[in-house]
Amino acid sequence: MKSKATDRLATAFFWGIGLLILFILVWFLWHILGAGVPHLSWDFIAGEPEEMIEGGGVGPQLFNSFYLLFLSLLFSIPFGIGAGVWLSEYAKKNWFTDLVRISTEMLASVPSIVFGLFGMLLFVTVFGFGFTILGGALTLSLLNLPVLVRVTEETLRAVPTSYREASAALGATKWQTIRKVLIPSALPGLVTGVTLVAGRALGESAILIFTAGVTVSRFAPDLNLFASGETLSVHLWYVRAEGLVPDAMQIAEGTAALLVLVVLALNLLIAIPSRLMQRKMTGKSS
Amino acid sequence: MTQATVQETTQATQEKLRVQHLNLFYGDNQALHDINLSVPAGSITAFIGPSGCGKSTLLRTLNRMNDLIPGVKIDGEVLVDNHNIYAPDTDIVHLRKHVGMVFQRPNPFPMSIYDNIAYGPRIHGIKKKRVLDEIVEKSLQQAALWNEVKDRLNKSAMGLSGGQQQRLCIARLLAVDPDVLLMDEPTSALDPISTLKVEELTQELKEKYTIIMVTHNMQQAARISDTTAFFLNGVMVEHGETDRLFTNPTDQRTEDYITGRFG
Amino acid sequence: MAVPNQEGNAAAPGFNKGRMFNDKLMRWLFVGSAILVSLIIFSIILFVGKQGVLTFQDVSPLEFFFSTDWSPSKDQYGALTFILGTFIVTAVALVLAVPLAVGGAVFMAKIAPNWMREIMRPATDLFVGIPSVVYGLVGLTVFVPFFAKVFGSAGFGVMPAAIILAIMILPTILSVSEDAIRTLPGALEEASYALGATRWQTIRKVLLPAATPGILTGVILGMGRAIGEAMAVQMVIGNAPILPTGLAQPTSVLTTQIVQEMPNSIFGTTTNNALFLMSLVLLLVSLSLILIIRLVARRREA
Repeated sequence: MKSKATDRLATAFFWGIGLLILFILVWFLWHILGAGVPHLSWDFIAGEPEEMIEGGGVGPQLFNSFYLLFLSLLFSIPFGIGAGVWLSEYAKKNWFTDLVRISTEMLASVPSIVFGLFGMLLFVTVFGFGFTILGGALTLSLLNLPVLVRVTEETLRAVPTSYREASAALGATKWQTIRKVLIPSALPGLVTGVTLVAGRALGESAILIFTAGVTVSRFAPDLNLFASGETLSVHLWYVRAEGLVPDAMQIAEGTAALLVLVVLALNLLIAIPSRLMQRKMTGKSS
Repeated sequence: MTQATVQETTQATQEKLRVQHLNLFYGDNQALHDINLSVPAGSITAFIGPSGCGKSTLLRTLNRMNDLIPGVKIDGEVLVDNHNIYAPDTDIVHLRKHVGMVFQRPNPFPMSIYDNIAYGPRIHGIKKKRVLDEIVEKSLQQAALWNEVKDRLNKSAMGLSGGQQQRLCIARLLAVDPDVLLMDEPTSALDPISTLKVEELTQELKEKYTIIMVTHNMQQAARISDTTAFFLNGVMVEHGETDRLFTNPTDQRTEDYITGRFG
Repeated sequence: MAVPNQEGNAAAPGFNKGRMFNDKLMRWLFVGSAILVSLIIFSIILFVGKQGVLTFQDVSPLEFFFSTDWSPSKDQYGALTFILGTFIVTAVALVLAVPLAVGGAVFMAKIAPNWMREIMRPATDLFVGIPSVVYGLVGLTVFVPFFAKVFGSAGFGVMPAAIILAIMILPTILSVSEDAIRTLPGALEEASYALGATRWQTIRKVLLPAATPGILTGVILGMGRAIGEAMAVQMVIGNAPILPTGLAQPTSVLTTQIVQEMPNSIFGTTTNNALFLMSLVLLLVSLSLILIIRLVARRREA
């Protein structure tokens, strides 16, 4: 039958696509790690960058990546989770709730470069700080916010209503219910959300070029919020765009490999604690 | 058992709870019509009636759980110990400590058995471990669950069977030291053996608490309650001593329901 | 009663008042967070927009939107090149990515065995997390030299940019489409099979049409990502502010032009304002895509 033959052809075709996609993904990873891992010496990972000669490292940039991530989470987690809790537990069906929800969706669609320009306008120009870690972290937290709000709202909504009822019936205030029952139940989902956000923030460059700058301070690790703070991602771009060092390509490849390894590590960090928590909560002892 | 119950009811004239001219609306839809009811202390009152008759809705007005639903309007009074719980200055959190509720489906928190029971006392400010330990043990004993779980208090409550979970929820409720227990079809999700255990438990608890139970199982109401109220379409059709209501109902509709003509 | 002794078990005096106060306080903090988050998008539109609109003091909208002559040194500020460039690069990227992504979604939702699905799903999730600059580097080290050989040029241009973008947006379109297909009611499939249709016929005539709103959402999301991507594209597109005459020609898009010129431009100058105007265009396009998605979603529910 003709349709049977077509069906078999289609199946082969889709298998082809599936394998092609898998191949692209694997090839990508192999290419980056293959080119870059050989350059990942201790000198490279922890060493100071060079402006003119070869042999520079990315130590300060590595530190800055995590420092900026940490700061941006510090600012965005309270407000992101706060807004998410409000949407899930307090908001009524009215125009104000719709406004909040639409604003969050719009914020989620803003291209990073626009965040970067906004941050530059605010912190570098209007406030006159110049390129600072603080400016970069605050702008980066704008990127984190919509995801945190959405993840918080979704995971809270997934908590069964029976918990809320049981807690209320025992005489708890709303905040007690949220604090002692809802958020602990939603924790695995929240952890996943934060890890997702962290991964994005670590890889971000467009925002930071315009707010935290392309140079690192002379003293590393520098905790000064007003120092400029080039991160790994920014360094990768900068070294290719304007790098004067002769081993720019090797530095770029090493940096890329390092970034991918960090993202891989983060992804592994999601799977394990979330699953552990889920097991503890549902009482399965396997 | 019947003779003794009748005597006890006539002797225990202290009224614990009273509903006066209560009307309830879900938006424009009226769910309860002019309910008037007096519940004596230390007794078991059963609410019976077909699905949708309003018995659960009425139960939930007694600890203001309907406040959690948007669009509900209440008209009338509910007096607990002579205080109207719908007065504007009522402390709802305090009310729910004294008037507690057990739900149709057991709903333990995803925490250890110990933490489930200790949850109530903790949110009301009790922090000392020694005190909490005592409360947990006492509540589990009262709920006839202590022997079954005393060696695994720190294990998750989700690992218990349905019947055990429901007794856990009862223990959890007892831990906050209420006066009134509201039970919303507490055994409808349980197997017959667990049902029997919960029924026995309820009869033991009658001595210290005032219990109001919604049930769609008439035999259960006849077995354990002192007083029964029959509801239909949001109206309380008849209310009186259980034995009398089941053997000699005054209203034709009650008789029809009891004999199984509908419901 | 359940209480063991009266003295030891009493809560601290004022505990109840304390927790009622906390409850009210937290409620205000939560509302405050929600208000703050909503304000942000409006501040962005305001700040960026204000700066961008200043351009019109020196440049007519006609020139900005319809002239391809971008020569700030000669006082020419035509941004049409970049607008068209964004459009062309995004279009090519979509042409490359969408068939592959939708095919992959069909594969994962309906054809792949479980073990294959278990591998592919985390793999595609992983890819969403890879930094854009890494994509750019791969484009630079692999595709640019490749096209240099093929076209005999320096290798930069629309093609490597479109390919890199296609790889970047593939996981997004794939996962949203897969979700759309997977959450179709099983009854649809059953009805089709019960009538004697083959799997491919079912997919083609029943499932794909039914999943179209969801797939469309995925495509629009991918499109949004492609339009807004700056760094990866900047590394491979050649950054020449001229209209491309072919796929092998270096050119520039809205995002890359901003990245190129902003570091060297002085705040307050017309060039600077024009760059802000370009980012305003980007912002408004992205926001309108969101509104389109909402409309599509609403029609789906109807």
